[in-house]
Parts: sequence; structure tokens; C-alpha cells
Amino acid sequence: MNWGSFGNFTHMGGYAFYVWGSYLMALACIAGELALLARRARLAERRA
Amino acid sequence: MLGGLQTIVARDLRLSMRRRGDVLNHLVFFVIVVTLFPLGVGAEPNLLRAMAPGIVWVAALLAAMLSLQRMFASDYADGSLEQMLISAHPLGVIVVGKFIAHWLVSGLPVTLLAPLVGVQFDLSQQALAVLTVSLLVGTPVLSLIGGVGAALTLGVRGGGVLLALLVLPLFVPVLIFGAGGVSEAQAGMSAAPHLSLLGAFLAMSCVVAPWATCAALRIAYD
Amino acid sequence: MATEGYRLDSETSGSWLLKLAAPQAFFPVAGRMIPWFAVLAVLFALPGLYLSFFVAPTDFQQGEAYRVIFLHVPAAWMSMFLYLVMAFWAALGLILNTRLSGMMASAVAPTGAMFTFLALWSGALWGKPTWGTWWVWDARLTSELILLFLYFGFIALTNAIDDPRRADRAGAVLAIVGVVNIPIIYFSVKWWNTLHQGASVSLTRAPSMATTMLVGMLLMSLAAWMYSIAVALWRVRSIILERERDAQWVRELRGVQ
Repeated sequence: MNWGSFGNFTHMGGYAFYVWGSYLMALACIAGELALLARRARLAERRA
Repeated sequence: MLGGLQTIVARDLRLSMRRRGDVLNHLVFFVIVVTLFPLGVGAEPNLLRAMAPGIVWVAALLAAMLSLQRMFASDYADGSLEQMLISAHPLGVIVVGKFIAHWLVSGLPVTLLAPLVGVQFDLSQQALAVLTVSLLVGTPVLSLIGGVGAALTLGVRGGGVLLALLVLPLFVPVLIFGAGGVSEAQAGMSAAPHLSLLGAFLAMSCVVAPWATCAALRIAYD
Repeated sequence: MATEGYRLDSETSGSWLLKLAAPQAFFPVAGRMIPWFAVLAVLFALPGLYLSFFVAPTDFQQGEAYRVIFLHVPAAWMSMFLYLVMAFWAALGLILNTRLSGMMASAVAPTGAMFTFLALWSGALWGKPTWGTWWVWDARLTSELILLFLYFGFIALTNAIDDPRRADRAGAVLAIVGVVNIPIIYFSVKWWNTLHQGASVSLTRAPSMATTMLVGMLLMSLAAWMYSIAVALWRVRSIILERERDAQWVRELRGVQ
């Protein structure tokens, strides 16, 4: 699959909003879950 | 065993009658909710006729939600539930008795009121009949599955809303086929398959709910 | 109920597997496993994403919009799979009465809910360009929404009960009732959907399943699975510390005497 240019890749044939909207949300959820877990682990290891 | 069942049903009914206000309030809630929908969506008769099965069924679900806590809450509060747990009577029988008593004061009155509220939506006689039968078969399922939820949330904070959150998703099949059957009747077709499925759900709930409720009650007292 | 110093027979005697059932024994083992699964997740995700974006060709009908399926389908699969896993651990905890099983169920739930949300979100973003609306009462999307409610119910119930043992076991009963209901709910919604929607096309019918697409979805699913395991292990470690906070080994871990 040759996109031609980075611009084409981000443009996603006009569907950028839908495709990137999905993948970025997934990234946000994963990052959020990991951040919350890190915080929970830190608190659990510290609190007496 | 049947004697024990009779005792429990009679006892719970007597207790409900002493708090007649509670029982009536839930019925009034049912009627008010049903009435709110036409006020919200407009009085267009075709629209209302199409929406009626769903509206009446959802209102029945909500009214059942409100009354479910009553099943075990007061017995839990005054310690009689604990006595039931250690009594000689099998817990399953007691639990079934409570299901029956709950249905008699919530599901059954709603079923009997349904033709009256159905008239607000200009439902045909056929549709009204199917509506009533569907509620007759479906509301016991609400009491059964709702009973599981009530036992799980005994004495838990946020009880009422939490109970609704737990149990409403599980009611979806009953809602779909209950309301769906009435829609079929409105279209002039037979609602028999829908009512049969409702009957199947009732049968399944009769098997699963007593077990789950007993398990939940024992968990609450461990 | 105080759990300090209290151990079940199954947790101290018998095979290494049973020994692992003790939270104290499992804690370091889980810690060692997490990096492996995290690495596996990345190792599956990289080729998966590469296939999704650089190998799979543009679809004839849906253009580039169809690439959402490489996220949507794995998320949907994980959402259902994780519910089963959760129910499995919950049931095991009820039957064997091991503390760790209930903890594992609670560890899996939030991740399952997250994947359910992602399946719904990506489903909506796939539906808009292809069907014209954000939300379609497609049988699977509607069932996914109800699955999300079931996850929320489990999380809400286990969070609302203070006693962890009671919370685990009440959650277990709920999860088991839920698992039994899921096929019924799916069947009901599917029936309801075919009746009301009329259109015979469904959101999940992916454009002609080329091998590339299948492999891509499989790789992304494996990545999601490895990720879920890593995250669940990480979460269960925190749960163990929180619940066993009065135990000697936890105190020593924190350097508090």
C-alpha cells in the first residue's frame, strides 16, 4: 500500500477524522489506563 | 413445603398491606410515567400507537425497579431474614414465596392496569389483549431476576440505583419480546412466538433465579 | 474479616499451581510476567499496525474508512473474551473459595469495559461514513452497549460493597448470571434488529476478507490479548497490596514495621 506522501497518509482518503478518531481514542484509552494503573500501584506500594 | 410457601406469601402480603401506600405509589408512578410520554412526544395518534408497547413496557420495568428493594430490605433490617436463613424451611422455598408475594403486589396490578393505560394510546382490542398477556407472563420474570439483584445489593450503599443498574440490562430480552409481541398484534400478525419466548424466559428464570438469590443471600450474611 | 496470617489449605499444600493461589506467592510471579506480556503486545501490534496501514489495500466501496476494522473487530472480540475470562475467574473463586480468583476477576473488568467502549466508539466512527449515522441499531453494536452496562454493573457492585470477600462473591454471582444472559441478549437483539432495520447489511460484514485483512485483525487481536494480560497482572498486584495491607509480608515490602 503506497501512500505516496505523508500528507496522503494523514488524510486517509478523506476519512482522516474517522480513522484517526478511532486510533487516537484507542491510544488515549490505553495511555489513560496505564497512567491510572501506575498511580494505583504507586499508592498501593506506599500507603501503610 | 407448600405450607411453608403459603406462610411466606401470606406474611409478605400482610406486611405489604400494612404499608399500602408504598404499593399504591408504585402503581401511580407507573401510570404517571406512561402519561408523560405522550406529553413529551406529542399527541399524534399514529406515533403514539406505534410507541405504546415500548412505553408501557418500559414504565412497567421502572415501576418494578422501584418496588424491588422492598423484597428483602425490611426483613434484612429487622433481622427476620437471618432467621429465615437458619430456619428449618429450605431457603429456596422462602425465596420463591417472596418472589410470588412481590409479583402479586407489583407485577399483577401493573398487568391489570395495562388495558386502562393502553386506552390512552388508542390501542386495538387485539393489541390490548396481547399487551396484557405479555405483561402477565413477563412481569414475573421481572420479580425473579429483580429478586437476584435485590439479594445481591442487600444493605449496600447506593442500593436502589445500583439495583437498577445491575438488573435493567438483564431485562432487555423480556422488553424486546414483550413489546415486540404487541407490535406484531398491531400489525395484525400472531404474537404467539413472542409470547412463547416470554414463557421460555419465565421458565428459565424459575430455574436460575431461586438458586442465584439463595447464593446471594448467603453471601450477604457470611 | 481479618486475613492476616490466615491461609487456606489449598494455598499452602499441594502442587506449585495451588501454591500460586496464595496472593503472597503470586505477587512476585505476576511482577516477573508483566514485562514479557508487554513486550509480546508490542511485538504483535507493530506488524499488525503495519499490515493495517501499509499492506492492506484501499477498499473499493468504503475507501480508507474501513481501516477502522483493524481496531473495531479486535476490540469487540476482546470485550467479549474478557467478560468470559472475568466470569471464569469469578466462578472459580466461588467454587474453590480462593481469594486470588476473585481478585483476578476484578482485575480484568476495567480493561474489558475499556475494550467494549472502544468497540462502540470505533463502531460509531465506522458507521458514520459508511451508513451515514453515528449510531446504528445494528444487532452487534446494541449488544455491545448492553455488554458495557453489564461490565459497569459488575464494577459498580464490587466497588459498592466494602467487605472484599463479599464483594468478590456477589460480583461472581452477578457475572455468572450475566454470562448466561449474554447469548440470550444477543439473540433477542439480533431478532429485534432484523425485524426493525429491514436492511440486510451489517456493520460487521467487512469488505471481502482478503488474507491480509484477516492476518492484520488477528495480529491486532493478539496484541490486545497480550496487553490485557499484562494490564490485568499489573492491576491484580495493586489489588493484592490493597487487600493484604495488614499482612506481614506487605508491611515488610513497604518497609513499614
